[in-house]
Amino acid sequence: MIPVRFTDDVADLPTHKFGPSSLTWWGIISFMIVEGAFFMLAFAAYFFLMGHEQGWPPEARKAPDLLAGTLFTIVILLSEIVNTSIKKAVHERDIPAVRRLMGVMVAIGVILLIIRGFEFNSLNVRWTDDAYSSIIWALLLLHTTHILTDWFDTLVLWALIQTRLGYEGRRQVDVDENCLYWRYVWLLWIPVYLMIYWIPRL
Amino acid sequence: MTDAVRRSNALKSRRAAEAERRDIEEDDKRLAAERKKIARDGPKLTGAKLEARLLRTWQRPPGIIGWLATVDHKEIGRRYIITALSFLALAGVLALLMRTQLARPDNNMIGASRYNELFTMHGSTMMFLFAVPVMEGVGVFIIPLMLGTRSTAFPRLNAFSYFMYLFGGLLLWGAFALNIGPDIGWFAYTPLSGPQFSPGKRADIWAQMITFTEVAAISAAIVIVATILKARAPGMTLARMPLFAWTMLVVGIMVMLAMPAVALASSMLISDRLVGTHFYNAYEHGDALLWQHLFWFFGHPEVYIIFLPATGFMSTMVETFSRRPIFAYPIVVLALISTGILAFGLWVHHMFATGLPRVGYSFYTAASMTVAIPTGLQIFCWLATMWDGRPRFQVPMLYVVAFIVTFVIGGLSGVIIASVPLDLQLHDTYFIVAHFHYVLIGGAVFPLLGVLTFWYPKMTGRMMDEALGKISFWMVFLGFQLAFFPMHFSGLLGMPRRVYTYPAGLGLELPNLLSSIGAFVVGAAVLLFVINGIKSLYIGALAPDDPWGGSTLEWATSSPPPPYNFAHVPVVESKTPMWDQQGEMPVITGLRVDEKETLLTTVVAAAPDLREPVPEPSLWPFIAAIAIGVVFITSIFSPWSLTIGLVPCAIALTAWFWPKEIKRNPEPVIT
Amino acid sequence: MRRRVRPGIALVTLVLGGCSIQNYQSIYGNAAAEAQQFNALFIIFLVICAIMYVLVIGFLIAGIVRRSRAEPANVVEDGRHHETNPLLRPGLIGWGALIGTGLVALAIASFFADRSMANAAAHEKLAIDITANQWWWDVTYNSADVSKSLRTANELHLPVGVPVRIRLHSNDVIHSFWVPSLAGKQDLIPGRDNDITIMPTKVGIYRGQCAEFCGTQHAKMALVVNVDSYGDFIKWWRHQLQDAPTPTTPLAMSGYQYVTTHQCSLCHNIAGTPASATVGPDLTHLASRRSIAAGALPMSKGNLYGWVEDPQSIKPGAKMPTIGLEPKELHAVVAYLETLK
Repeated sequence: MIPVRFTDDVADLPTHKFGPSSLTWWGIISFMIVEGAFFMLAFAAYFFLMGHEQGWPPEARKAPDLLAGTLFTIVILLSEIVNTSIKKAVHERDIPAVRRLMGVMVAIGVILLIIRGFEFNSLNVRWTDDAYSSIIWALLLLHTTHILTDWFDTLVLWALIQTRLGYEGRRQVDVDENCLYWRYVWLLWIPVYLMIYWIPRL
Repeated sequence: MTDAVRRSNALKSRRAAEAERRDIEEDDKRLAAERKKIARDGPKLTGAKLEARLLRTWQRPPGIIGWLATVDHKEIGRRYIITALSFLALAGVLALLMRTQLARPDNNMIGASRYNELFTMHGSTMMFLFAVPVMEGVGVFIIPLMLGTRSTAFPRLNAFSYFMYLFGGLLLWGAFALNIGPDIGWFAYTPLSGPQFSPGKRADIWAQMITFTEVAAISAAIVIVATILKARAPGMTLARMPLFAWTMLVVGIMVMLAMPAVALASSMLISDRLVGTHFYNAYEHGDALLWQHLFWFFGHPEVYIIFLPATGFMSTMVETFSRRPIFAYPIVVLALISTGILAFGLWVHHMFATGLPRVGYSFYTAASMTVAIPTGLQIFCWLATMWDGRPRFQVPMLYVVAFIVTFVIGGLSGVIIASVPLDLQLHDTYFIVAHFHYVLIGGAVFPLLGVLTFWYPKMTGRMMDEALGKISFWMVFLGFQLAFFPMHFSGLLGMPRRVYTYPAGLGLELPNLLSSIGAFVVGAAVLLFVINGIKSLYIGALAPDDPWGGSTLEWATSSPPPPYNFAHVPVVESKTPMWDQQGEMPVITGLRVDEKETLLTTVVAAAPDLREPVPEPSLWPFIAAIAIGVVFITSIFSPWSLTIGLVPCAIALTAWFWPKEIKRNPEPVIT
Repeated sequence: MRRRVRPGIALVTLVLGGCSIQNYQSIYGNAAAEAQQFNALFIIFLVICAIMYVLVIGFLIAGIVRRSRAEPANVVEDGRHHETNPLLRPGLIGWGALIGTGLVALAIASFFADRSMANAAAHEKLAIDITANQWWWDVTYNSADVSKSLRTANELHLPVGVPVRIRLHSNDVIHSFWVPSLAGKQDLIPGRDNDITIMPTKVGIYRGQCAEFCGTQHAKMALVVNVDSYGDFIKWWRHQLQDAPTPTTPLAMSGYQYVTTHQCSLCHNIAGTPASATVGPDLTHLASRRSIAAGALPMSKGNLYGWVEDPQSIKPGAKMPTIGLEPKELHAVVAYLETLK
């Protein structure tokens, strides 16, 4: 073995930090890149198919009804208020507030999933009708998986925060990163919303 | 509820919150006291005593449970490599069968359907089950050692990725063994692979194998990228990072951006086949070319994902065996990054014959030629290093020379087919088969064989047999030329690809016969290499820490390394720490020895940033892979498996992250 | 340029192609303007690529040879591994400039060749439609006057010196039309209309093959291209426009009876007879073709027997079923088919 020369001592370094110092932050960013690539390519497929057509929807089909989708959009954008409050509370280590607000987030998630069910019903086409129908069903399904997995994540984290582990620094970092990810979920919804509900109306 | 009741409830909850706050403060004081008593490495705990203590902490349980639950990157990396080499052998046998069939014209040894299965399995296995996994496997094994750290990031995700890869491979080969293997080519063009022209489950099995291997590759890429960015030794700035680490960083990001394309494409294909969507159906406003665009948007970066790690192998071996650092390190880094970026702009060159607008094609010709520039610069840098140094030609360096002689031919034939008018004759002929085997075998397999010989002592603690290594080198190098050079001519003489036979009288007899003979020489050579690898495990010379006089940190620890990699985490002050240390290795102190802990540093400057607990071995990655695997496989038969299967998968993933006990520890521990 | 170029590559291929450089299914066929342009451009690329390769190998050999020099090297053993020979930096820049220049030159050459090929058949005088099926080629020569349109299968006749535009369609999966002696390939994609233009310059017989994997019998989907003199082409065309001749011998008559009333007429068309289905290849002038089953077999009496009796043993998976004809029926059918000149 090579002889060693001791330099700095790292025993007093923290074991958790918010933001890019945290290893899981990089994990979340990586997932965002991967899912982002997936969505971008689905968008590209949408425009590719649309580019072949004179009209969109290609045949005389009704565009999806606006009510459920727009209601969903409003609720998910408003949920950012709760989301930001959670982020603020966890940075201030106000754990009782975090617990309360995360419960609200879980409930909002359930509401969103219910509205999403109605959205599927209001697409006015079946996925087997043609490629236009297939791609808008695919986009809605992809985003639904997004909502579902993040909602489940939030649920599990909420359960964990109820315990003493809510006071653990690393769990607080988890909460903060979960808030970051939720922002991504509704950000990605905006182009999907436009592509399903508005572009067929142009 | 009356005001009074409301006020009373509010008072109760405020009191409860107060009580909890006081509890936590008491707890905090207790934990702080316990923290002071934790044993840490340093001048007071070093040498053999430290190593014994670290071994107790870092060793995984023995037996089959321990094997399934391990999170040691060295074990996982070895698994990846051995599994990938097994798939290489299987796909190689298929190649020998194909070459036997093609040795003579109008041969009827293998029928049309079976032959179509063979080339589908050969291509799919080589591309999805060998080439990318072996690169990730070598990366997963060596990167933490090269970077001077104790573990990869996300070790359980690493373990999970291996099992997903294995299950995908078993799915494909299990289906082949049961005679329901795919026969649509490794690229599965629609509409041939669609519901109308490929009835049955063969194409679905192919598409779902993609899903498995793509999940595995993306997971491994996330592990590697996070490790490279956050877990480098203190002082190892990005500008001091080994070139192989740079290649894995670029490749990891490429995987994250490219793999989703094939995942999306194959999911849409399964959807067309299973539930009647029309993504690829031209008669219902879909487009068969949508498949090609999505597939090649993945497919072209894929070949650079395979090639770039091999350039990292080249840099490693050229540096070590020329006895000097690589010439123009910044140029090599820029070349890697620009190749990675450019690779995403070339995909239409696979579609020159599909009738897209000609003016658009010119862009892809220009881009496809441009990508030769960074690669050409890298080659100059390696040759310059050899010229300026004093190269020693042990076996790994022989493979370096084989790369130069072979890959450059493939690269130049690539420049030829970048031209649209030339490609329109050569596309889909044996000229292309020659081209990509020259770049893939010359450009990736030769460096791989060299680097496996090079890192074999680090992986196993023994040296491979040098004499046997030289014999198998010459056999594989010369056999390869015999097998693949004539294929340029087969293509020019009119032989298309993916044909189970060809007529006599076209002049194809001689080139095909030569190719078939050469293929068997290559097969024998690979067999010899494997024999060398296996025999050296038992009777190879015992390897010292640093048998080659290397420049990077993996050579600072034993061969093979202990589970914790380094007794003390090293500090780095140059690009070639082992050559510049002047006899003593600077190290940091203060990491705990009673639980698994490693150091995270900042992304660019690599200053010590956080202490990070490393997870204990866990069976949940394996169980989650089983649950997800079952969902993937059953979803070939019914879409309901996706909804039903969500439940066991959610349980497995939750259990993975849920702590074993709800307890506050003085320092975090991941159980 | 052509006369000097051909012997060069021909010689190299001679060594590797055995002693037969055929020119009916190879780039050396040079039988059309497009193929000639290809060969000229190919030589330019080969020369520049060969020069680059020699430079790389030269540098490699220099490095290998130089290692045995006596004076200390810039290596870790001599303590000089952080020094670099000053020649290398300008060398790198020169190398990069050389590669860049070479690639630009090649890209420009490629662009001009592409334009030139497009111009060669810019004003086509003949329009043909090819529809690809699994695993045969449906060929129609369309004319504004329907009575002057003809349909055949697995063969093309082109007049030399006359630019032709072939429109390419597919009935099922993606195929690729490729006659290497004449021109590069172009895919036939369902739902898409592609085309290819060819300017044949040499009379002869050439062979083409499907070049995009299209299923089980992709390997046996060939077609024969006859480039004729203008006079011969007109003769062929006029003959093709005629209905099938009436059979004269009793055996052929009985074959005619069978073909037009049994399974054959469900798929095949024979002009001037009740058999008028277009699912399968047109058989009107079958016996005038050089091969059958999309190039799987040369035309001969024996091969006709084999194909009609059991197509599945010659081309397993082909869409033509093995019917199980009685020997008498088989003799009659083949006798009739032989009259379809």
